[in-house]
Parts: sequence; structure tokens; C-alpha cells
Amino acid sequence: MKKIIFTIISISLFLFFIILFDSLKINRVYNTEELVGKPIPSINLEYLNEDKYFNTSDLSKNQFTLINFFSSWCGPCRKEHKYLISLSEKNLKIVGINFKDKKQNANQFLNDLGNPYYLTLEDNTGKKSVDFGVYGIPETILINKNLLIIKKYIGPIDKKDMNEILRSSGIK
Amino acid sequence: MLSNLGNLFITLTLLSSFLLIYYSAVGLKKNGSLIPEKIFRISKTQCLFTILSFFILLVAYIFSDFSLINVYENSHTTKPLLYKISGVWGNHEGSLLLWIVILVIFSLLFLNLNKLADKKFRLFTLIFQNILISGFLIFLITNSNPFSKLYPVPNEGMGLNPILQDPALAIHPPLLYLGFVGSSIYFSAALASLITKYNGSNFAKTIKFWVLTSWFFQTIGILAGSIWAYYELGWGGYWFWDPVENSSLMPWFLMTALIHSILILEKKNDIYLWVIILSILTFTMSVTGTFLVRSGILNSVHTFANDPSRGLYILIFLSIMIFSSLYIFYKYAPSKKSNFQFLSKEFFILINNWFMIFFLIVVLIGTLYPIVLEVISEQKISVGPPYYVIVMAPFLIPFLYFVSRGPQAQWFSAQSNNKKKNFLVLFFSVVIILVFFYFTKVKDVLINLILIFSIYLILQTILDFFRNIKKNYFNLSRIISHLAFGFLIFFISINSIFSTEYDLNLKNGEKIKLDNYEIELKDLNILNEKNYKKIVGNVIIRDQKKDTFEFLEPEIRVYNMPETVTYEASIKSNLFFDTYVTMSNLSGSEFYNLKFQRKPFMILIWLSIIFIGVGGFLRLLPMRQKK
Amino acid sequence: MKYTKILILLFSFFILSHSYSDEKMKYKIYKNLRCLVCQGQNIGDSNSEFAQTIKTVINDKLDEGLNEREVYSFLAEKYGDWILYKPPLKNNSYVLWLLPYVIFILGALILFIFLRKNTIHKK
Repeated sequence: MKKIIFTIISISLFLFFIILFDSLKINRVYNTEELVGKPIPSINLEYLNEDKYFNTSDLSKNQFTLINFFSSWCGPCRKEHKYLISLSEKNLKIVGINFKDKKQNANQFLNDLGNPYYLTLEDNTGKKSVDFGVYGIPETILINKNLLIIKKYIGPIDKKDMNEILRSSGIK
Repeated sequence: MLSNLGNLFITLTLLSSFLLIYYSAVGLKKNGSLIPEKIFRISKTQCLFTILSFFILLVAYIFSDFSLINVYENSHTTKPLLYKISGVWGNHEGSLLLWIVILVIFSLLFLNLNKLADKKFRLFTLIFQNILISGFLIFLITNSNPFSKLYPVPNEGMGLNPILQDPALAIHPPLLYLGFVGSSIYFSAALASLITKYNGSNFAKTIKFWVLTSWFFQTIGILAGSIWAYYELGWGGYWFWDPVENSSLMPWFLMTALIHSILILEKKNDIYLWVIILSILTFTMSVTGTFLVRSGILNSVHTFANDPSRGLYILIFLSIMIFSSLYIFYKYAPSKKSNFQFLSKEFFILINNWFMIFFLIVVLIGTLYPIVLEVISEQKISVGPPYYVIVMAPFLIPFLYFVSRGPQAQWFSAQSNNKKKNFLVLFFSVVIILVFFYFTKVKDVLINLILIFSIYLILQTILDFFRNIKKNYFNLSRIISHLAFGFLIFFISINSIFSTEYDLNLKNGEKIKLDNYEIELKDLNILNEKNYKKIVGNVIIRDQKKDTFEFLEPEIRVYNMPETVTYEASIKSNLFFDTYVTMSNLSGSEFYNLKFQRKPFMILIWLSIIFIGVGGFLRLLPMRQKK
Repeated sequence: MKYTKILILLFSFFILSHSYSDEKMKYKIYKNLRCLVCQGQNIGDSNSEFAQTIKTVINDKLDEGLNEREVYSFLAEKYGDWILYKPPLKNNSYVLWLLPYVIFILGALILFIFLRKNTIHKK
């Protein structure tokens, strides 16, 4: 009896330690992967420079669309901008959503660094972005024509991400 | 220079540990009942070596010697002296050294304080103690050396995280370590006791001092951390069920269980094995906590810099500790018969242990579940305050009842004839709460029950006090701790129902009316301090019902080294409530976010915890409790 | 038992459900959500950009007439269960929620068996 109890305790402790050892290897960077495969919300967003609204369900006209959240006050956004430009040169449709920004600053930003967006929308309160599950900018979402999310990137995209986006959208 | 000296001293400490293990093993084989003088001498030198190594690190911090990576990474020349000193243990490496210093000092104290105990028992304890010391030292030297050199030597350090620059936090880690490390003594003693087949009652007498000491320091250490979180993190909460806080609470539950069950072992030499298990578990839990905090596998407010290799070492150390204790327990545990009587004092002590273990396991499950789930299924969930409150709060009701019932019981027998009186007290408690809530109208059944039973405990403990006077037998320690515990639960409950908070955005000079309050952000001052710049808001709060007003000055501080923004709360306390205001700037707007809170009985919550500790401390005094 | 009856009677006054005012509800929700960009802070306590945004969204949702549970499930849908400090009862959390009670009962059982075995009865 005593032996059985000790064996059970030892084995369960052993298993527990294996789990703890495994836990050391886990990458603890936050991601929102569970949104991948789900549709983007169908909401109205105001154009940055016009008093009109755009409904996101209209993006189903594009084969693939890249949605990019940016702001002029966001440092990392400047870093990823050149990759967005090259993506737009490869004829990927990119929608820019200007996040909690002033209109003037945003336009200045696009003048300085170039405008990769075929559509520039705004979210000056940041509330609309919550519907996309955005938690900090920059964030980039690739959707297909069914409006399903294929890829989601938190933080600035780099060269590797850019190539991945090209592959996923069938350009390369 | 300092680096070499420091390294020399920690190496010498490690060598002394090896020598001590060797000579103790030799001493075990020799006849005679005295421990060789040599062991005492080595032990004293070892103690000197560690203290010197710690002193050297201290000197390096005070004189800002940036040739040490550790000093460079965590200090800065413009930092006030107090925080240069507390900076020593404000980081992983330095705090590990402090941990080792305490471990060594405690081993020496144990050796010297228990001259009457059996020689073999003491030598075995010393061996286990030094195995632990070597383990931590090897960790320190190979992985986390505070004396590592940096070349070229930089002119200026990176500075200490400003939220750690705080008096309460300066004393918080040393206090907690006294608790954590104190438990190592009864861990080693328990293993030694098993191997040497030591007498249970004597074992209890030996470790009682250490259990009480570590429990006392753990209690006030937790308190210091809680007070720090309350005003420094600027949230107005005082307990967040954060994984790091949990790891200090888990050993505390075990220590509390031990304080009670050790009485049975001392008085009637019973439940020996259970006390042994608790002793082993307490230190194991302390090291587990260390693992959780320092490996960085938890997402917490208090996280040190993360490093998986650290976690790996502690985890290996922990598993060796656990499996060898398990083996020793399996091999040496004697089978003993127990004698118990329902409703005797021993019975209620076991009930206490049952609840303590339950609380411990809830906290453990809550802390570890997300980690385990993520490994098994890659799903990420959070377990936060609501979980702990929902699961544990209902169990406070029977627990409070048992706390008040226990002291009435007699040792060894089930006699108790207070049934009628108990009902009367319960009746009174209900009436008090009813009258109280006739005016306030709180309709939460659970909270009301907890309040009733906390008042019940308070009343019963006061009655207990008078019974003691009559019998001329004092157990002041128990009365104070139990009374304070009753008050603690009472105040926490009241605090949780009657705290109010308002979150508002104001421009400079603006005022706003909310319920009975008028809150005004009168003006803002910008001031330059030694190592930071601060924006002080002058906030006036008018209570229109009582026609009083208060001035508060919350601050936004911008530290230069490292560049960090912190928010300093402004708190006005009195016995009945705290007024608490924090201010932060909203980026890209001229508005300031003000959070205004009224929190009842904060001072009394702190006082209750202090008195819980004082109760335990009284036990330590060589005071005659029987007349 | 006279007292027992009175106690039960008095207690029936309390048997009413607990309700929060709208204002209090708002803060309760803030406190039960993790600020994802912070280190272990909740939304209510955080000053971060993210927390400010989530707060305004919660206020909007409450104004739209969503109840507490709906606000949680809206946010969990966007950010995963990671944002909820109180994990919803489902497949991945049954163990979390039920194990404590199992342990409590197990403890009682062990205690009971131990006492049964070792009790001396008075002669």
C-alpha cells in the first residue's frame, strides 16, 4: 500500500516536472492567432480626407487585401513603411487605417514616407480598431476575398513577413 | 578589484560548505555526544566569508563601481544612497546573494542555538543545510554571478527601475527572504529527524523557534509588499492575486498550518509524520515560488528580467530536492499510532490544517493552471482575482467558525459546554450585522455571512480573553492573532463593498461634479528633482454632503535613468478611510486622467495584519505563559 | 430551538440577489480584464493607450445595452480568453474550476478516515 502511494506520487510529480521543463521553452510573445480564419467585422470607417464612409465588406471586391493600422506618432510604423511600399508596388491592395491620430500629422507622414495605401481610412478614437482585435500599432492583417483573416502581424512587419504576405496572397 | 575579492569570498564560502559536509560526515561516525570544535569554527568562518562578499557588493553599489556588470545594470551615480543600498537586492543576482547570506547565518544560528539537541540530528541538519547552500552558491557562481566584470568600464550606470525606488520595497525582499530561508532550517531538520529517528516532541521544540520566526517575517514581508503595491503601483488595490504575490502566500499557508500542528507534536508527540511533511513542503514551496518568479514563465507585475537558463537550473535543483526528500521519507518514515478524540483541541488543529492546505492548493492551481494548459494544449487563459475570490471566499465562513471554536476545546478530550453561549454570540453577530445593514443595504448573501462570522470570531475571542483572565492562564499570542484575523476579514469585506472609485478626464483648471463630490484639478506645477522631473497636480476634492474638502497632490514623474514614467498616488489616510488620487496624462490631448478613490479602513487592514504578526512574535519572547 | 428559528427568520432578510449599479458595473468589468500590453495589470488600473481605448469601448457597449457577460464575450472573441481574468467555464477550464472542490472533499475524506482509525473511545 505504502509502495503504491509513493509510486503514484513520484510518477505524478515526474510528469509535473516534465510540464514545467516544457513551459520554459514556450514563447511568451502575445499573439492573436485565434483570429486567423475568422472574418473581419463589417463596419463603417470614415475616409481620412473625405467626409464619406467606407464599409469594410466592400473589400470583398479584392482578391486579397492587406489592412494596416498606422499612426504618425508611432515609431515602429516608420520602420515597416518601406515594406508596405514595396508590397504596394507588387500590386497588393493595402488599406491604411489611421489610428488615434490628427489628420494633418497623418497626411504629413504619408507625404514624407510615401503612400502605399489605395484607401486611407481613419479611426481617431481607436474604438473601431478593437473590432479588429488590434492591441497596439502597428498591426497588419491580410484578408482574402471572403473577408477571412489569413495572416495577422503584431508589431512592425519585416522582410520575412513581407515575403510571407506575398506568398500567401499568391503574388510570388 | 572588488570583483576579484567578491569572487574569492563566495568561492571560500562554497569551500567551507564542502568542508562542513565532509567534517560533519566524519563527526557522525565518531563516538561522543559533542560536535567537534572544528565544525563550529568552519561554520563561523563561512558566515564571515558570505557577509564579507555581501559587504563588497554593497560597497560596489555605494561607490558606484561600474566595473561590475551587476552594478552597471542596476545603479546610477545620482541615485539616493538608500536606493543604492537597496539596489543590491533589487535585482536577481544581488538578491540571490542576500538569500545565501541569510541561509548561511541561519545555519550557524541553528548550530549554536540547539546545544542540547542530539548530536547526530544536528550534524545531519548541518549537512542538508550545506547541501542547500552549495546548490545556491553553484547557481550563483555559474549562472548569476553579481561579481561578473565589465570591460571597458562605463562612466555611468543604467539605473534602477524607479518603481523599485521606494522604502517599503527596500525592506520587502529582505523580510520575505528571512521567511523563505527560515523555512530551510526545518526542511533540513525534518530530513535529519527522519534519518536519525529523532524524538518527535524534541523535534517540535527545536523547530518551533524557526517556524515562528519565519512565519513572522513572512507575514510582515507580505504586508510590506502589499503596502508597496497599494501606493506605488498607483492602482489603489492592495492584493492582486498576482503569481508573484501568490508565491509568497503559498509558503505562508504552510507555515500557518505548521505553527498549529507543531503544538500537537510538542504536547503529545503525535502526527509526527504530518509535521515532517509540512516542514518539507514549506521550503519546497518557497523554492517553487523562487522558480516561478525568476524563470520568467509567469506574466506578472513584479517580474525580474527573464532568463530561461535560470529557470532550468532552479527547476533541476527543485526536482533533486523533491525527489530526494521523497526517497528519504519513503525509506525512513516510521509507522506510528495516533490517538485522537473528536472535538478535542487536536481535532480542530487538524481542521485548521485541512483548510490551510485547501487554500494553498487553490492558489497553486490558480497559479500553475495557465502554464500547464499552455504546455498541453497551447491555449492561453488568465486566472485572476475573480477566480480566487469565487473559489475561496465561501470557505471562509466555516473556517472563521472553526477558528473561534478551536480555542474553546480542551486538549485530549471532547468536553465543551458552551453550546448555549455560542448560539447567543452567533445571535448577537447576526443582530449587529442586521442593524448595520439596515442602513447600508448590502444584499450580497456571501459577504453578509462572512461579516457575521468574522464578528462571531471577534466576539468569541474577546470572551476567550476573559475566560483566560478568570483561569489566570494566558495565551495572549493566540488571542491577538485570532482577534486580528477576525478583524482583518471584517475590514477586508467592508472595504470590498464600500470602496468607491471615479475615473475622469479633466483639463487643467477644470472641475466636475460626481455624486456627492466635486473634483477640481486646480493647477499643475512642474518641478525638477535630483534624478527625475515631476508634474504635480493640485487636486481639490469637496465632499458636498459633509461640507469638507481635501487637497491632494498626485504626481507624474519622468525619471532620467533609465527613462521611465511613473505615476505617484496621493493618499490622505485616516482611521476610517483613505482618499486616493492618481493622475496620468493622455497622450495627444490636454486632458489628464484622474482616478479618485475612497477606500474604507485601509489603515485598519494594515494594523490587523501587523497584529496577526505580533501575536506570533509574542510566542518568540521567553515569556512564561503559565502562571 | 428558539434561537435557530430566530436566526433563520433574520436571515431570510438577506436572501435577495446582489445587484450592481451601472457605474459600479463599469469598474467591475474594467477590473476583470487583463491589460494585454502591460505586465499583469488590469484594464482599470492601467494608464496605457490600450487600456484607455478598451475602457471607452466598454462604456459604449454598456450604453448600447450589452450586459456584463456580453461585454466579456465580445472582447474574448477579439482578443481570446487571455483577456479575461475570470476564465469562462468550458472544456479547457473544468479542471480549474472543479479541482479545488474535489481536493476539499478529498481532504475531508482523508481526515475522516484518519480520525476513524485513530480515535479512542471513552470507556
